[in-house]
Amino acid sequence: MTKFTGSEKYVATDDLQLAVNASVTLQRPLLIKGEPGTGKTMLAEEVAAAMGKKLLSWHIKSTTKAQQGLYEYDAVSRLRDSQLGDAKVHDIKNYIKQGMLWQAFNAEEQVVLLIDEIDKADIEFPNDLLVELDKMEFSVYETGETIKAIHRPIIIITSNNEKELPDAFLRRCFFHYITFPDKKTMEAIIKVHHPELKKNMLNAALEVFFEVREVPGLKKKPSTSELIDWIKLLVADDIPIEALQNKSIKEAIPPLYGALLKNEQDVHMLQKLAFMMRRQG
Amino acid sequence: MLIDFFYTLKKAQLPVTVKELLVLLEALEKQVVFASIDEFYQLSRLCMIKDEKHFDRFDLAFGHYFHDLAMIEDFESFLIPHDWLKPDWIKQLSDEEKAQIEALGGFEKLMETLQKRLEEQQKKHQGGNKWIGTGGTSPFGHSGYNPEGVRIGGESRHNRATKVWEKRQFKNLDGRAELNTRSMKMALRKLRKFARTGAADELDLASTIKSTAENAGLLDLKMRPERHNAVKLLVFFDVGGSMDYHIQQCEELFTAVKSEFKHLEYFYFHNCVYEKLWKDNNRRWQENISTWDVMHTFGSDYHVMIVGDAAMSPYEITENFGSVEHMNEESGLLWMQRLTNQWKKMVWLNPVPEEYWSYTHSTQIMRKLVNQQMFPLNLNGLQDAIDSLAK
Repeated sequence: MTKFTGSEKYVATDDLQLAVNASVTLQRPLLIKGEPGTGKTMLAEEVAAAMGKKLLSWHIKSTTKAQQGLYEYDAVSRLRDSQLGDAKVHDIKNYIKQGMLWQAFNAEEQVVLLIDEIDKADIEFPNDLLVELDKMEFSVYETGETIKAIHRPIIIITSNNEKELPDAFLRRCFFHYITFPDKKTMEAIIKVHHPELKKNMLNAALEVFFEVREVPGLKKKPSTSELIDWIKLLVADDIPIEALQNKSIKEAIPPLYGALLKNEQDVHMLQKLAFMMRRQG
Repeated sequence: MLIDFFYTLKKAQLPVTVKELLVLLEALEKQVVFASIDEFYQLSRLCMIKDEKHFDRFDLAFGHYFHDLAMIEDFESFLIPHDWLKPDWIKQLSDEEKAQIEALGGFEKLMETLQKRLEEQQKKHQGGNKWIGTGGTSPFGHSGYNPEGVRIGGESRHNRATKVWEKRQFKNLDGRAELNTRSMKMALRKLRKFARTGAADELDLASTIKSTAENAGLLDLKMRPERHNAVKLLVFFDVGGSMDYHIQQCEELFTAVKSEFKHLEYFYFHNCVYEKLWKDNNRRWQENISTWDVMHTFGSDYHVMIVGDAAMSPYEITENFGSVEHMNEESGLLWMQRLTNQWKKMVWLNPVPEEYWSYTHSTQIMRKLVNQQMFPLNLNGLQDAIDSLAK
């Protein structure tokens, strides 16, 4: 079996690699949590790409029901068809729409199934999927057939911690928390996205970035994805390295700060800080 | 077979079950990792721990089990909530008191006593000369004065190179363990009344059949609004001062409500609500939010619970500039009236037993301000409070 070791576009730390490999080997769902923008959703895409498997994504919204992942029975259109005398009304299968889980179970070869942002759904949602994720099978009430996974899919579940997940559900998963990358990992991540970036430019940008993250009271601290966007802008705008070097953010707001700070109160806070420093200086 | 390891985790009050141990053993059998303690650490954490708030406790228990933490006392020390050891005030001691401490005996005796006290003590403690906490002359805790004292919390004692689990990088993710919240959960569940609000998106079978029949058999669909959990809750916690003794109770309640509600916001205040509230008690002076903002953000459809002992000087409520902590331009009375005008559904939960309320003048004022909707913080009181909210 191939081991997941990250990819050209994705830097996976040792413990993340271990988590993915353990969940692939033991065929259990892997629950991923972490700050927004640390690459939770991307992980599934990269695992699928690295292992050469198809990716099925099920994006959860607040209105999503567990049943929709299995199948949906469209009783209303069957009723209508019966009044119109349509021939296909005699086979109930014509009105059953397969959900993501069904597709993943029925796939000819093993697939990667991403259940994205499971915490967005109702509190009961994970409980409704317990048996399905454990046994990897479910029965279709309308037709009486049982759908059993041909190949147990690799299931990756992400959560943003908006709600606590039930214990029974957690017991069935492996759990990995993506910590915010340290400076060395961050360098590796930037290298992957901007291989042409010069070393001193990278250092200067990282320094500013970590300094901004240190500012107390930010509503939304900039994360990896914001840093990558910001560097993209810096490169595109040809910002000279001097603009970043030897300057504390307290003296001057970093160029193109809009990519780092997404909240106007945060920008305001940084401006206030800079203003106070100038006055004291 | 890692059974001792499992019991070490259990002893550290981590919610591990046999199933998780079996998964770990299965993973080891399949040779997901081998012959590396670091990888074993990662794997066992992956299998056994399901919430990042338990990572720190796991790190300690792991280190303890593998005999890599220098002293056994470290293992005990994490059971003391960090909050007890914050230096709220520092007391200058007299020479006489200092002499007393000298008399307490050698190091080993101290450690022995520490463990015994850890078992006895239940609450946060400040000052005094026996219990563990900040200030004071007890040999345990910190910021106090005791030449032979044992520091708990604060900076690390070992500065040697650390292993992953000794870094304890998840320390600030550690919440309180969920203790005895079951009964509170049961009561709070009642709050989740299923209000029928929102768009029509569920087939109403009964009325569809009826109206189809009336339509001479031609299909006529009827929809009805779907049920969902629509209760919105806002909680204000009183922290600091006289409330420190009740902090454990409050946190239990807090753990309980957090997982029950879709719309739940909480804020902290001290003694009485004034113009500022805050969300992180460690940063209350840096990061606070205007009470007006809170009132403008959360509509009158929110239900409000205030948790506090309402024990203070009456002037802190009735007078301008009455607060003990800062200059409040408008009185607490005015602010409480604003809150009750904004949110009709409001209750006050008081951790002090009901029979003592009449002895505190401020409690009576508060009780009047919240229209007598003050209830003791126990299961019955909670039930009454919820009944009052759900009315």
